[in-house]
Amino acid sequence: MDQLFNRKYIIQGLIVLIALILLGKLFYIQIASDKYFINANNNALRKIYIYPARGVILDRNHKILAQNQPTYDLLVTPNQVKPFDTLSLCQIIGIDMVEFRKKLHKATVQSRSQASIFQKLLSVETYAALQEKMYNYQGFYVQKRTIRYYPDSIAGQFLGYMQEVTPREIEKYGGYYRLQDYIGRAGIEKSYEEILRGNKGVTYMLYNAKNVAQGSYANGKLDSMAKSGEQLISTIDSRIQKLGEQLLANKVGSVVAIEPSTGEVLAFVSSPGYDPNKLVGSNFSKNYKEIWANPYHPLIVRPIQGNYSPGSAFKPLDALIALSEGVVDVNTTFNCPGYYIAGNRRVKCEHVDGNISLRRGLARSCNTYFWNIFQRLITKNGYKNQRTTYEDWQNKVRKFGIGDTLGLDFPGEKAYKLFRKADYDRMHGKYWGYSTILSVGIGQGEISTTPLQMANIMAIIANRGYYIKPHIVKGIGNSNKIDPKYTVKHSVGIDGRYFEQVIDGMEDAVNQSWGTATESRLQNIIMCGKTGTVQNNRGKNHSVFIGFAPRVNPKIAIAVIIENGGYGGTYAAPIASYLTEKYLTDSLSGRYINGASIKQYMDDNLLPALKTAERPAKLKNKADSLKADSVKSKGKTPPANRATSTANRQSPNAIRQTPIANRPTPTANRQPPAAHATAKQ
Amino acid sequence: MQQQSNRFFFNVDWVTILIYLALCIIGWVNIYSADYNPDKVAEFSFAADYGKQLIFIITGLILGLTILLLDGKFFSVFAPIIYGGTMVLLVAVLLVGKNIGGNQAWIQIGSFSLQPSEFAKFGTALLLARYISTFNVKLNSLRPVLICAAIIILPMFLIMLQPDAGSTLVFLSFMFPLYREGLPGSLLLMFWGMVLLFIVNLFFSPLVLISSILLLGGLFIYNNKKKQQKMITIGLITLAAIAYLFVAKFIFNNVLLKHQRDRIELILGMKTDRKGVGYNVIQSKTAIGAGQFVGRGFRQGTQTKLDYVPAKKTDFIFSILGEEWGFIGCSVVLGLYVFLLLRVINMAERQRSAFSRVYGYSMACIIFFHVFINIGMAIGIVPVIGIPLPLISYGGTSLWSFTILIFIFLKLDSNRMGFI
Repeated sequence: MDQLFNRKYIIQGLIVLIALILLGKLFYIQIASDKYFINANNNALRKIYIYPARGVILDRNHKILAQNQPTYDLLVTPNQVKPFDTLSLCQIIGIDMVEFRKKLHKATVQSRSQASIFQKLLSVETYAALQEKMYNYQGFYVQKRTIRYYPDSIAGQFLGYMQEVTPREIEKYGGYYRLQDYIGRAGIEKSYEEILRGNKGVTYMLYNAKNVAQGSYANGKLDSMAKSGEQLISTIDSRIQKLGEQLLANKVGSVVAIEPSTGEVLAFVSSPGYDPNKLVGSNFSKNYKEIWANPYHPLIVRPIQGNYSPGSAFKPLDALIALSEGVVDVNTTFNCPGYYIAGNRRVKCEHVDGNISLRRGLARSCNTYFWNIFQRLITKNGYKNQRTTYEDWQNKVRKFGIGDTLGLDFPGEKAYKLFRKADYDRMHGKYWGYSTILSVGIGQGEISTTPLQMANIMAIIANRGYYIKPHIVKGIGNSNKIDPKYTVKHSVGIDGRYFEQVIDGMEDAVNQSWGTATESRLQNIIMCGKTGTVQNNRGKNHSVFIGFAPRVNPKIAIAVIIENGGYGGTYAAPIASYLTEKYLTDSLSGRYINGASIKQYMDDNLLPALKTAERPAKLKNKADSLKADSVKSKGKTPPANRATSTANRQSPNAIRQTPIANRPTPTANRQPPAAHATAKQ
Repeated sequence: MQQQSNRFFFNVDWVTILIYLALCIIGWVNIYSADYNPDKVAEFSFAADYGKQLIFIITGLILGLTILLLDGKFFSVFAPIIYGGTMVLLVAVLLVGKNIGGNQAWIQIGSFSLQPSEFAKFGTALLLARYISTFNVKLNSLRPVLICAAIIILPMFLIMLQPDAGSTLVFLSFMFPLYREGLPGSLLLMFWGMVLLFIVNLFFSPLVLISSILLLGGLFIYNNKKKQQKMITIGLITLAAIAYLFVAKFIFNNVLLKHQRDRIELILGMKTDRKGVGYNVIQSKTAIGAGQFVGRGFRQGTQTKLDYVPAKKTDFIFSILGEEWGFIGCSVVLGLYVFLLLRVINMAERQRSAFSRVYGYSMACIIFFHVFINIGMAIGIVPVIGIPLPLISYGGTSLWSFTILIFIFLKLDSNRMGFI
């Protein structure tokens, strides 16, 4: 062995060393870093998405409320565009050359080699015109997708609308959505988004270095089929929903109807409303701006966001608690001289009823009677313990679903308020008692509810003591399975017999000549109800009616609120009457209420002329909006006075002390009196 | 006769032949994968590249067998003639060769083309072995070193004229057999020092470099202040290094061609170029990286199959391997090469004749150089120099030349007992 033999090891060592360096680098690019793997997939793999049909929304009788219609997006792959007659394309899709260049530039910036949307939501007609000439426009192609169509144009706020996803939502939903996808943004479209949307299908396509498709990846093993969204059977009855919207046209207000035995919401009217078809397709932003600028705020979902004191509609609840607490019984009477003395205050009420018991007190909506029982309720443990007694009392009220949300399967539900002892302590210090908070006893003051909560109170009374949480969906796909929380009975803890005693009074309110809600009376059906005439700081009283029908085995509980509509009997009770009739008999008898036909109620306009152009700056704050409206209308004299026509009407209520002639009701669109005089004959 | 035949087969190193076959098959599988088209599964075409490669492998084996059957002394005796023959071919290619992609490197014979530079490798190896094995040649004196250098530089010069930088650089691998045979290590160190200085020169300003060289030289001189002889040597080296800086700069800027400059700058990270020269490397790295640990699987590579990687069957075939067989596949192939090289070197050391030993080292180092440069460029640690991955890359000439290279050594090795 010569001495140079050792050099063998140097050379072999060098070989091993370099092999290890290569291996180290391989380890880095193949295992330690996934940058290359991701880049490789970005290079060659393209996900082609297949959009499923969105689930159809039906009403409770399987009538279609929301369906799909095809629309077309024009896509462009900038590096495939060859020079062509741009003007003809511009003419077909209705843009000018400046915009064309802008859009093409935007697409180029986004990606040269991948398709992006050039023009969204082309109509079928545009698509047809485009398709004929498509071969001229290399690099452009059309992708079909669907948008919503609402055949009846009803229930806008209920159905909601869809909008492009925001980057935040993309993150929130873990990458299901991509930019330019649509997502339910309001209403049922939002709350049931995940059921309605279905699941996108994905096809992995391979593209070679020249951006030519080379077929599917891995024989389609990773591909998934699009799964259509499931249909939703909502609880809405489109017949009364539609009628409700017609009756509330040109009025601010809300109707909520509930099937008491199931908690299903039958009607969900929010007025003023809008045609849901306006918030679809290419005119979305224009129409949205317009709706948003409406001073009466159609985008407020009044059934769950409207903030109303229950007013006299609270009285049945008051009576129920008084009876179950034993502070009064059906025979207890109070004297009503037309006012009530609370401590050293004298509070006027609207009518003189003399000695009055519960049944008549309810029918007559006698404030004095209810102030008396409120006094007894709060002072039953002695005057010193009024504050703690109040706390007990309000807890009982809360069981009726006041002061908290009802958990509707719908976004944006409000709780509104019912004061606790601590709240009053903060407001009045330690020295307050029933007389301080007297207005709460008749549903005014520090108590406010949504129309849904009011309707739910009626459902509780109709059910004689329990409710099922209101909900808007009764079936998904072909099954009738719903969230089990919407089948649980929530008891209010008051004995059934007290309910019958209260219902007696509510029946009288509608069906006896001395009742205050006679406008809601129905033929052959015993309706039980209660009017409310709610004082508020926005101008004229709100017209409120709550009730249910029929008395035995009730099918519908309803709450109607017409803002600034005056007495409960003026608008709310007649509207409730028509809706109940329609729902229970599926027909309208064409009867007149208060001497006016259903057509006249529909035509009545309680809205001062819409002046969208000069929108006061502070209206931008939604909370202030309604206040500002009423301030505006206060200064004006009503355009017409309905009193002129009431002379011709047969009032069914002789005893009624409400001076009909003084009811100032703006009736801008009302027909002349002669017209319905003839119609009556 | 019978006895001789048995001895012959007994003496051939079958392990090397198995590794050889394994690498050929791995190469063929990857070429087949690149050609594979799911729409035309049934037909096996000899017109396609995988079909041609199969023919190349089979003819290569016949070639190898022929070599084994030749007389053991044939190669040492005919070495000068073989060398001369390949040099003639190298001249011929400059005159009558076919120009593909800017390189005048191919001689067209019938339907396929030969690349003489591939054959020049074993021609040079043979002559070098012959010369060094001559009695009395010692590589620690100037004359033999210059003669060896001349043997190596002649083909380099001819290939440079094509111009084919990659094949030219391969001849640098002869440095290692020369080193083994006694070339002073300081010469090698000097060479690599020059390469290093060349690279550093591109990054730093001359002022910084000159001052640091002076500082370093000063330190060495200070360390050896008692030994006048050494001080003078170090002083001279320092001055030579400074002079070299300017020469290197001049060569880089004025002698190298634009695309060569680009490639060097790119690999040193001085430039980024996603579309031009850098595209190949980016795509190749992406493909290899996409393989991850176990690879995408046979015929499942997307980068390579969909033409993102250029020259995927020839110079960048390692990217198919990397993408479809992952880190595991790469490690296995690298392991096979390393095993082959270490084994060949061990075998070279057991030869009685210097001729066989020098030849064995030459062959190992040529293969090593190819493997290192080819894989290195595919994963982006050496510049893009277009040389094939031995036995794996598509191409007849390359496969045959490596076959000849290996089988000559196997023949020499099987005869090692016969030489005294």
